[in-house]
Formats: sequence, structure tokens, C-alpha cells
Amino acid sequence: MTKRTIVPIGPYHALQEEPEFFKLHVEGEKVVHLDIELGYNHRGIEKLSESKTFEETVFLVERICGICSTSHPLACVQAAEDAGDIPVPERALFIRSMVGELERIHSHLLWLGLAGHFLGFNTIWMWAWRFREDVLNILELITGNRNHYGMMKPGGVRRDIKHTDLPAIASLSEGLKDPIKMFRDAVVQDPLIHARTKGVGILTREMAIAYGALGPTARASNYAIDVRRDHPHAAYDKVDWDVVTCENGDVFDKAVVRILEMFESIRIIEQCIEQLKKIGGPVDSDPKFVAAGEGIGHYEAPRGEVFHYIRSDGSNRPIRHKVRAPSFMNVPTNRETVIGATVADATIILAAVDPCYCCTERMAVAVDSSSGERMLDARDLIRLSCEKTDRLVADSGLQGPSLPIER
Amino acid sequence: MSNAINALTRSLNVFHLAGSACNNCDIEILDALTPKYDLERFGITLVGSIRHADVLLMSGIFNRKAAIRAQELIAQAPKPYLVIAIGGCPATGLMWRDSYNWERPPGDFVKIDAFVPGCPPKPEAMISAVVKVIEGLRSGELVPGCLHTSDTVAGDPALETAGGS
Amino acid sequence: MNKQKDSIDKADIAASLQAQFNEFILAIYSKGERRIYIDIAPQTVIRATRLMLNEYGARFQIATGVDTSDGFEVMYHWAMDESDCVVTFRVVLPHEAAQVESIALICPAAEWIEREMWELLGIEFKGHPDMRHLLLADEWPEGKFPMRRDYEATP
Ligand code: SF4
Repeated sequence: MTKRTIVPIGPYHALQEEPEFFKLHVEGEKVVHLDIELGYNHRGIEKLSESKTFEETVFLVERICGICSTSHPLACVQAAEDAGDIPVPERALFIRSMVGELERIHSHLLWLGLAGHFLGFNTIWMWAWRFREDVLNILELITGNRNHYGMMKPGGVRRDIKHTDLPAIASLSEGLKDPIKMFRDAVVQDPLIHARTKGVGILTREMAIAYGALGPTARASNYAIDVRRDHPHAAYDKVDWDVVTCENGDVFDKAVVRILEMFESIRIIEQCIEQLKKIGGPVDSDPKFVAAGEGIGHYEAPRGEVFHYIRSDGSNRPIRHKVRAPSFMNVPTNRETVIGATVADATIILAAVDPCYCCTERMAVAVDSSSGERMLDARDLIRLSCEKTDRLVADSGLQGPSLPIER
Repeated sequence: MSNAINALTRSLNVFHLAGSACNNCDIEILDALTPKYDLERFGITLVGSIRHADVLLMSGIFNRKAAIRAQELIAQAPKPYLVIAIGGCPATGLMWRDSYNWERPPGDFVKIDAFVPGCPPKPEAMISAVVKVIEGLRSGELVPGCLHTSDTVAGDPALETAGGS
Repeated sequence: MNKQKDSIDKADIAASLQAQFNEFILAIYSKGERRIYIDIAPQTVIRATRLMLNEYGARFQIATGVDTSDGFEVMYHWAMDESDCVVTFRVVLPHEAAQVESIALICPAAEWIEREMWELLGIEFKGHPDMRHLLLADEWPEGKFPMRRDYEATP
């Protein structure tokens, strides 16, 4: 019988942004079992929220996750609006969608960069993060901050967008098109990336449904759910856009879905800008309280649907606030995708769902000395992944993606 | 200035120790290393193992589970090292102080040399923190917290020889 | 946009659910067109889950546990994506016997959330395949449930 090795990833792993702990059980080269341990990030936000007013909860849920700092507040205020039947002015809806889509672009670029890094293509990492800065510039222009925008509030948004800013925003988002096209060509056409990601870590449609997978993870498996379309909110039913899906559910398709979604996001942003030029009026209905009742709000975050449930007793604090982040549903799918894969592929498969532990848990060194099992170090994993790419380079003579852009 | 401390004023190897953060600070740390701010041009690089680290960047609060791991990890860092707390979380605990999973501020289990407040601090703020820390080390005003024993500075014998001549 | 054809109209969902499930429904109310809340008895949770999965092809969103003065409420939120509607089944469990059948075996998506509700609220899910701590530390004191109303932080 082959020896079983346990490969711990985390909780403090160099290249994860957050603490998380996977234990890969490996026989030979094959992954046979996956143990996911959470809890390094749990801050008890649901309980804390009960001690905050409805206005304050927004700032609290913003800090669930730095990447989804529009998604959670948006779902949260929608839940409060649903509970208290609070109207939202039309102009605010477009601003909400616009900030949400900008966030989606920056999140997808962030993921693309990290994925490139895991595969050993650091150029992609650096370029993706460089163009991410352009998105952050737009967000800074609109909201005054690079992250944690503080834009949402029950009944509308906190800040209006000045008419004089709209041309600048339009030209900045126009400037995002070329870089994203470059990434599309670099990733979609590159044979080396095909070799590393096609057919790797497949999540079938049935499994995606059974696990309740969300967002790009589900859409890559041809499970076409998108809360923006299915449960229209903000301005998504007032603009024209498409849901991107792929067929195979492998790592490659997950990347493709994310890249193509960025184009849709730019489309939405452009239409929002046009609408904002026409629609005037207030951006906030300024509710004084949230009437007693219960409400559900959901929003399609970059990683999938975030879900907020709020119950109000008519006072100014929620008596229950439930938060469900997309990774909570997506991370368990790793059990399907990673088992049977090789260790060298495990890193990219685990990264392909774009796990976000901060969200999941708002809510290493595992030494098995008894059996003398061989331990692989966490760092080895990325090294293995990069080595596999290098082997492919040597065998096939391919060079990897080129990023032909001058700026 | 001993050689070991002198080495801390040159190309720094940074290890990024994220606690229970909202990960915005973590992303801003990486932002500081990627092309726009590009700290790497000064030789500041992210390393994969705490055993290679000169600087520990701590972000986020450290909850009950993470605090234990963090302490185990910090014990493996080679002295002397600097500890920089990024963001409001490790400094004050922000709104997490009332949480049932809040353990204690990281300042309780490791001496922190510099705080970079902000939620999240901009990469510029982090760069300025690094500059200030290096200036402090050069002028002798700042002695890495890991070398303090109670309140006097230890003459760690290993230190005098580390790095050679 | 490419919606599926056989979707049920929003307005009909409540009626359809009532027809399918009538004998088990304790109370039903709609909040607006897009939200339906249904109270059921704890014994019928499995049946309701099967109904939503098989008859309606609904997507399990999440479950919410609430500690109220009447007992623990567990709410199962189901999204009907084709019809733009969220259906919530609610059971109330007495404080003394906070137990309900686990749905994780027929609906794998519910596995983690049941673990979470167990550790944060102390609701027992009978028949759960893998019940252990999810978020809290393993050394978390036993019998302390932070999301309960009477939870007091120990010094
Ligand atoms: S300081 Fe703010 S941005 Fe940084 S981890 Fe804490 S909450 Fe997040």
C-alpha cells in the first residue's frame, strides 16, 4: 500500500491572503482526501451586528471582507429595505450597480493575478494587479476610498456622483478594455495555460447543484444562476447584459467566465453612466427607522450570491442578522474537485473557486509523528505547481502567455 | 549598531502574518509590492517562510484560534526581527473588541515596533512606516521589540556574532 | 434574457405550495411578491426539503437559526431562481429540546450550516453525517453557545 502523506496548507501560508487550513491527504502523487478546517477568521459578526444600529451594521458588514466591501453592504441594506418596505430613489440604484460592477472587475483581476502566480506566471500577477490599480482609482474618485467604500445605506447611497466626474469615470473605464482584452487573449489562447488548467479540477453540473455552488464556480459548470438576473435588484433589470456560462467546469472555464464577466461589467458601467446623466433627483430616501418585520437581501458578489437576512422589531437595531457568503457554499465543492488530482494541480484547483475565508467565517503544521509519515512543507506545494509548468515548458517548447502591451 | 541590526536596514524580507482580518489590509500589503508602488525595487520582498523573515507584518485581529497559531509561528522567527502592525485591527481591535471570539490584542503576545493605522492604510502609509522604522534603527532610537527583556535591552550574545564582520 | 420556460409565476407559488403541502402548513404569508414564509412542524422538515428539491428544483440558500423567547427558530431559505422568489420554511423548536432532523444527507449544501448552527446555537441535528466544530476553536467550552440570548462571555 502506498504511504499516505498529509500536506498541510496553512493556516499561515505565504501566498494565501488569509489564514485557512487545508489538509490534503496524498498517496503517491494523488490526492485522496481533503480536510477543510475553518475558524481562523471567525469574528462573530452576526452577534456584533445585533448591537449596532441599522446604519452602523453597514460599516460592520463592509468589514466582513475587503474584496466584497460593496456586496455585503448592498445585500444588507436590501434586507433592511425588504424588512421595512423602504423605497430607494432610482438614481441610487444606478450608483449601486455601478460601484458593484467596479468591485467585480477589481476582484476578478485580483483573482486572475493570484491564479497566474500559482501557476508560475508572475507576469500575469503583476500586470493584473497593475491594472487593478486603475479600477481602484475610479473607485477612489467615486467613493473617496480605495477599499471599504462606505457607499451603501438603507434607503439609498451615502454619496452622489457629481455630473462633472462622469466623463472621467467613462474614460477610465474605457481604458480598462484593452488590458482585459490582453488578458483574455493571453489566457484563452495560450497552449501552456491550456495544458495546466483544461480538464483539471472538474466540477460537474450535478455536483454544482448538489453543493449549491454559486457565482463563477457554478456558471463555469454550466449552471446558469446569477442573482442579478434571477432576482433583479439595484439597476440590473434596467440595463442590458448577459450571463456568462461555460460548459466544462474545470479551472480553465472558471478563469474564462471571470474574464468574460469583466466585459459585461464594463458594459453595465457604461450604461449606468449614460443613465446617471439623465436621471436626477435624490440618492437617499432617508428612512428614520426600519419597521418591524423580516427581510431578505441578496446580491451577486464577485464570487456568487451573498445572502443577508434581517429581522427588525421596529427599534433601530436588528434583532437577528444572518450573513451567508458565497464561499461558504463554494469551498465544500473542493472535496469533489481536488480528490483524484495530483499534488501539483491541487494549489490551482483550491484557488479556482476564489475562496474568501473572511467571508466564509464571519461567521500548518500537522505533524503525524506516530506513523512516520513524510511531511511536505506548505511552500513545496507552490513550488511543485511551478515545477510542473517548467516541465511543460521544457517538454513542449512553449513560452507561456505573452502580454503585449505598452503603456 | 550591530551587524544584525544593520542588516535590518537593508533589503527586508517580509513575512505576512494575517490574523482574522477582513483581508483588505492584506491586499493593500500586496498592492504595495506590485507595480504601482513597487516596494520590490528597494529589495523588499515577500518571503514564504517565517524562518526567512526580517519583518512580520501583522494584520487583523487574532481570534481565539488564530492567536495560538500566531504565537507558535512567531516563536520560529529568527531574531532580530521587526513587527509592524498594519491597520486599525491589531492596534485597537476596532469593532471586533466586543466579539465573543476576541482573544486579546496582538500587542499582548508580541512586542510591536510600529503601528500603521488606517482601515485599511494606504500603501503609501506602509511605505512611510518602513522608512521611519529604518531611520529609527539607524539612529538607534528604535530597538527591535524582540530584543527587549522586560524593559531593558538584552545583550543577546548570539546577536553580536550574527552576520560576522 | 434566457429564463427557463417552465417557471411558475410568482403569484402562483404560494397557491401551488399550499396545494402540494397543505396538511403540513401551520401558517403561510407572503411579504410582497418575492418572499414567502411558511411555518411547518419540525417533523416535516425532511418532507419539505424533498418537496423543494424534487418538485420545484429550488436552490438551498442557507438556514438561519434564531433564539427567540418562544424557542429556537430554524429557517430554511430556498431560492426559486426561475420565478424570482425566496421561500422560507420555518420551524420552532422548544428551548428544552432543541432537536430537528438533519437535512444534510439529502441536501449536501446544508452540511456546513448545520454544523454552524449546532456550535453557535446548540441546536441538535439528528443524523448529521459529520458533526464537529466548524468555526470555533476545538477547545471552546462545551455547552456555551455564543449566539444564544443568555450567552455571557466568560472572563
Ligand atoms: S484594519 Fe480595517 S481593513 Fe484592515 S483588516 Fe482590520 S477591518 Fe480590515
